[in-house]
Amino acid sequence: MIEFLQRLFGQQRSSATAKERLRLVLLSDHLSLAPDLMENLKRELIDVISRHVEVDRTRIEVHFEHQDRTIAMLANIPILSVKPPPRPPDAPSKPRRRRRRAAPTSNPAPAT
Amino acid sequence: MHVLQSDASITPQPAPSRSRSPQPRGRAIVVTSGKGGVGKTTTTANLGTALAQRGSRVALVDADVGLRNLDIVLGLENRVRHHVLDILEDRVSIEDAVVADKWSPTLHLLAAAQAREKDDVDTDRMRELVAQLCERYEYVLIDSPAGIEKGFQNAVVGADEAIVVCTPEVSAVRDVDRVVGLLGSRFTPQLIVNRVRPALVKKGKMLSVEDVNAILRLPLLGVIADEPDVIVAANKGEPLALRADSPTGAAFRAIAARLSGEETPAPTVSLEPDGFFGKLTSLFGGRRSK
Repeated sequence: MIEFLQRLFGQQRSSATAKERLRLVLLSDHLSLAPDLMENLKRELIDVISRHVEVDRTRIEVHFEHQDRTIAMLANIPILSVKPPPRPPDAPSKPRRRRRRAAPTSNPAPAT
Repeated sequence: MHVLQSDASITPQPAPSRSRSPQPRGRAIVVTSGKGGVGKTTTTANLGTALAQRGSRVALVDADVGLRNLDIVLGLENRVRHHVLDILEDRVSIEDAVVADKWSPTLHLLAAAQAREKDDVDTDRMRELVAQLCERYEYVLIDSPAGIEKGFQNAVVGADEAIVVCTPEVSAVRDVDRVVGLLGSRFTPQLIVNRVRPALVKKGKMLSVEDVNAILRLPLLGVIADEPDVIVAANKGEPLALRADSPTGAAFRAIAARLSGEETPAPTVSLEPDGFFGKLTSLFGGRRSK
């Protein structure tokens, strides 16, 4: 549609096409030339997801793919199981409280 | 914008001590681009000529071993007797190997070996050679081969400054971006945008200098318009920097002045098509193929 309008007004600017292609190709180059960035990104991504679900860390695939006018990060992260939902903050867990209370008595030597 | 890389093989070591040298060390500047055919050799020849015409002692080093061309652009092909590898392999001295330019007495050429390969060049010896040239000349311009392999690394190893030559094309900009990444943080390369066609830029059919440098973000050293006289000069082996009437020559002289630290107007090319033919094409060019 945009192309049709551009053609209609005789205003098709191939320099704009060149600019857009250049932007994408450099984005892609910089991603592929920065292995540390990829590794860090992958690790942090997995850490966040692992808070909610258990994932198969051995079968994770992350890569970048050219799509129409952008570059997409595609991640394939196999999920093994769903973790139990975290407790809401206003209902603190009993075991944790007990542990906290028990802490001073667990080490009686310095207390006396 | 560029990705810095830790490529240890091209990280040069500090130059040897120059305490014996009575004069200040010359500047070793590599001219490179990644992509071939963007005008590295033409730029090296013209910049060297323009600097020599300003009275500086200049050495041009052709680092394109196996594909020697700098001598042709300067019209010196019949005078070359020795080459870089003759020095590196201790067959001749620097003084015996350099060729004096026809036009500029303070310009000397050190030709590349034509019958050898880039892998024959010892990187450490190349660094030493450039350091030795810096003791004899105020400017040592090194014409890098295309590519990012050993030839490029040998061209870069002795340099303390870099000039990157780019044309307003997607492929050339991409390659310069890559080369700038490989040059690493030790260099802040200066950019020359070559082969700009103002009439096409104005019509939106060519990337502008601003478009190119919005991506590369380098200090802009010069802009050279695409003029037919560049081809004529190459045919004759006569650098345009010598020609007072050539706009391209003037652009190279401006680059030389800027490189020497002179205050010069910001590099640019006029977007107005000049002359009758330019006006004619801009009049009828609006609906032609893009």
